[in-house]
This record gives sequence, C-alpha cells and structure tokens, in this order.
Amino acid sequence: MEFSLSAIANQVDTWLHANCASWLALTIEFVIVGLLCIALFAVLGLVLIMMERKVSAYMQLRLGPNRVGPKGMFQTLADTLKLLVKEGLTPNGADKFLFNLAPFIVMIAAMLVLAPIGFAKDFVIWDINIGVLYISAISSIGVIGILMAGWASNNKYSLLGAMRSGAQIVSYELSAGLSILTIVIFTQDMSMGQIVASQADGWWIWKGHIPVIISFIIFLIAVTAETNRAPFDLAEAESELTAGFHTEYSGMKFALFFLAEYVNIFIVCAVGATLFLGGWMPLHIGNWADFNRIMDYIPSSVWFFGKTFFLIFVIMWFRWTFPRLRIDQLLNLEWKYLLPISMFNLLLATFIAIQGWYL
Amino acid sequence: MFITKYLSEVFGGLRSLLTGMRRTGYYFTHHKNIITQQYPNEKPVLAERFRGEVVMLHDDNNEHACTGCTACELACPNATIKIVTKFDLTPEGKKKKAIDKFVYHLELCTMCNLCVEACPTGAITMAPNFEHSVLNRNELTKVLNKPGSKIREGVE
Repeated sequence: MEFSLSAIANQVDTWLHANCASWLALTIEFVIVGLLCIALFAVLGLVLIMMERKVSAYMQLRLGPNRVGPKGMFQTLADTLKLLVKEGLTPNGADKFLFNLAPFIVMIAAMLVLAPIGFAKDFVIWDINIGVLYISAISSIGVIGILMAGWASNNKYSLLGAMRSGAQIVSYELSAGLSILTIVIFTQDMSMGQIVASQADGWWIWKGHIPVIISFIIFLIAVTAETNRAPFDLAEAESELTAGFHTEYSGMKFALFFLAEYVNIFIVCAVGATLFLGGWMPLHIGNWADFNRIMDYIPSSVWFFGKTFFLIFVIMWFRWTFPRLRIDQLLNLEWKYLLPISMFNLLLATFIAIQGWYL
Repeated sequence: MFITKYLSEVFGGLRSLLTGMRRTGYYFTHHKNIITQQYPNEKPVLAERFRGEVVMLHDDNNEHACTGCTACELACPNATIKIVTKFDLTPEGKKKKAIDKFVYHLELCTMCNLCVEACPTGAITMAPNFEHSVLNRNELTKVLNKPGSKIREGVE
C-alpha cells in the first residue's frame, strides 16, 4: 500500500461524517486542522533552528551544537524549555496591549499563509482560486506585527528596526509579486492547485526557461529580504540595533518572534517550491516511462518537503555567506536593479507566453 | 554606454556572489577542514610560544640555574615575583648568596614574559600549562624552586 496523506484525511473525514452530525464533523475537522498547523509550526521551529545552527557551523568550519542528545539533536528542545520557564518581561514605558499583541499578529499572519499550500497530492487546507493573490496579500500583514512590536516597545532601537523592516518589506514585496506573476502568466491561473497541476509534464523552471529562471532568482532574493534574514537582516542588525524590533522581548514572546521567522522561511520556500519546482509533483522526464514510474513511487509529501527544504538550505547558504547590506544599498538593489529587471522579465515572459515558446 | 555598464554590474555582482557561495559550499561539504577543538575531550594544539605560567627549569640532578640576582623581581611590572635569598657556605668556607624560595604569585601574573627576558642565566621560562583553576586563592602562590634543589655548578 502506498503512503498518502490524502487517503488518511479522507478516512478521517468519512469516519467523522459517519459518526457525528455534519456540523459537528466540520467543527472537529477545523480543530484538527488548527492543531496540525500548530504542531507543524512547533516541529518546524525545532528542526529549522537545529538545521540552521548545523549548516552555519559547517560553513564556518565549526562543529555546531553536539552535546545535548545524539549529535546535539535535542539542543533546540532544551533551548525551548529554557524560554518556556523564562519570565516574559513587559517594560514599564511600553504600550502593554500592543506589546503583548504583536508576537501573536506575526504568528497568525504566518499561519494564514499555510491555507492554499498543497502539502501533498490532494492534501491542502483550502485551495482558493486566487491562491497566489491571497499569499502575496497575507504575507505582507506580518510587517504590521513587526511595526507594532517596534512602536510599542518604547525603545529607539526597536523603532528603528521596525521602520527599516517596513521600508524593506514595502520595497521587496514588489519584486516578489512581479516574479510570482511570471508563473501566473504561464499557467493562466491563480489557484495553487492548478499551478501544481500545470507542472505535471515538467516543472516551470525547465518549461519556462529564461524568464522563469530570472524570476526564480529574483524571487529568492526578494523573499530573503521579506523574511528579514541576512544579508537583509537590517531590522535586527545585531551589531547596530542590539536586536531591532524584538530587543525588549523575552521568554515565550521572544520565542514566538523567533519561531515566526523560521515558519516564514518555510512558507516562502514552500511557495517557491510550488510555483517554480512543481510543488508535490514528482520529477518526470519526457517519455522515460520507467524512470517516471520509479519517481511516482516516492510519496508526494516527500517530494514537497524535499523541494522546500532544498530551498531553505539555499536561503541558509545565502545567509552564512554574504555580509549584511547597508540600508541605502538595500534600497538601491531593489529600486535600481531588481524592480527594473523583473518588469522587463515580466514583459519577456508575456511575449514568450503569447508566442507559445515555452514547453 | 549606460546599459552595458548596468548589465556588466549585474552579472559581475552575481559572479562574485557565486564565488562566495562556492567557498562556503566547499566548507559545508568538506568536514576535514573543521578547526574546532573539543577541549575537555581532546587536548588543544597550542602555539609554540604559548605563555601559560612561569616555571623554573630543573635538570635530572634537581639543580637549577637561578643565582638569586633578583633581576626578574625588578623586571616584573606588578610584583609577581618575590625572591627570598639565603647564604650558603661553599666548601672553601666562604659565604655565597643563593635562593631560599622563588615565590611566584600566579594570580598577579600577566604573562608579559619580561622576567624570562631579564634572567641572565636562563633559569626560568614560560610553560604551556593553562589549567590554573583552584578552589583557594592561596594555591596560586607557588614556590618555583623544588624542595632540596640547589644551584648548578658553574653558574654564576
């Protein structure tokens, strides 16, 4: 029997509908989905932080965490425990309501983006017909939480960090959106499910050749900036602003910001994998029937997570290779280079789509 | 031409970024380059001239080369060394100055190496021992000449 997430989901669905009233079944399903999201976030936080620490260590010729558990695998668990028992301090001069609300806004914004992402074949929370639009709209809500945190902290460093983050996300949202549009032009559909389905005979990065490769590179740069990660981590800028917008946060509230950063990385990489690398679609090469059948044996969820983690690794690779940009260099890069190139690229993609020069 | 300059900037930038990524990618896949020394489990590789503490050199006959001239004591910038002298009787019946105790306060020492440079007979040197933690501060005050040791013949 083949492993498939959608089969499990269908079984749960039929069982619930056979045993409860339909409204109750729906409510229970909502609760299950919510719990699964939270569980996914918790696991992602632990795994990604561990992965980041190990990747950074090996890239800097270090060993990384290697004391807690086998090969240091429980280090992040221990860190989380420490944060859980730490006092969540609220500074005296802070706006208490906004200060305590901000981490949740950031987390909720990250959580909402999960809805249209297909984790496996026929396994998606809500396949909206405007999935791409929804993602680019919701992903910019997170910055409100960051601005809120910076403003409510009543601290100059926090405010500066939050303002930088705002400027950064406003500018990089444009080129991220334009690079996503390239794929929308080729598929002529905004639903994530349709975009994945259109890549059954080859991923867009092969099928769309030049314009898609350009937009893939621009997408990677723009989402690195949008998630406030090095080399674009001006919002935190340890050496200048101590920790930027989360300077005043401690304990679990800090942990929520930290978790949101890694969850956001996962989400943008999942979106990138869905748009450019075919989501859960296995790697199929032309008419090599045997090769394609072997690839089909690998479960679709493995394909999805494999591609996503590959992109996450690439983004970590950026982070531990490049030094941080100054704010003027950051805005120059966006407005003088990425935006003109992605606009030109959009034109090129439209031309190629009209001429039908893609595979 | 503006557009060629612009494009060459873009491609030059991309190439330099890829060069950096190739280097870190090489490090990521080649673990033999790792420079971390896991100290309590493996002894660290120390530099040849590592300065950990001042020691007095003794040979197999329990003899040292310290004449008690106090050059090191005078050279020391923060009074780390205190030399207590005594007078030995030579076989001819003459009195001769010799050290009784070479007191060394490790807790005051900054490892500046001035005492070693000042020593005219090469009696003291810096040892590469850095594990100096003790439970009582008094244990850091050391007597460097071993009990029963005496000055080597012919050292003046």
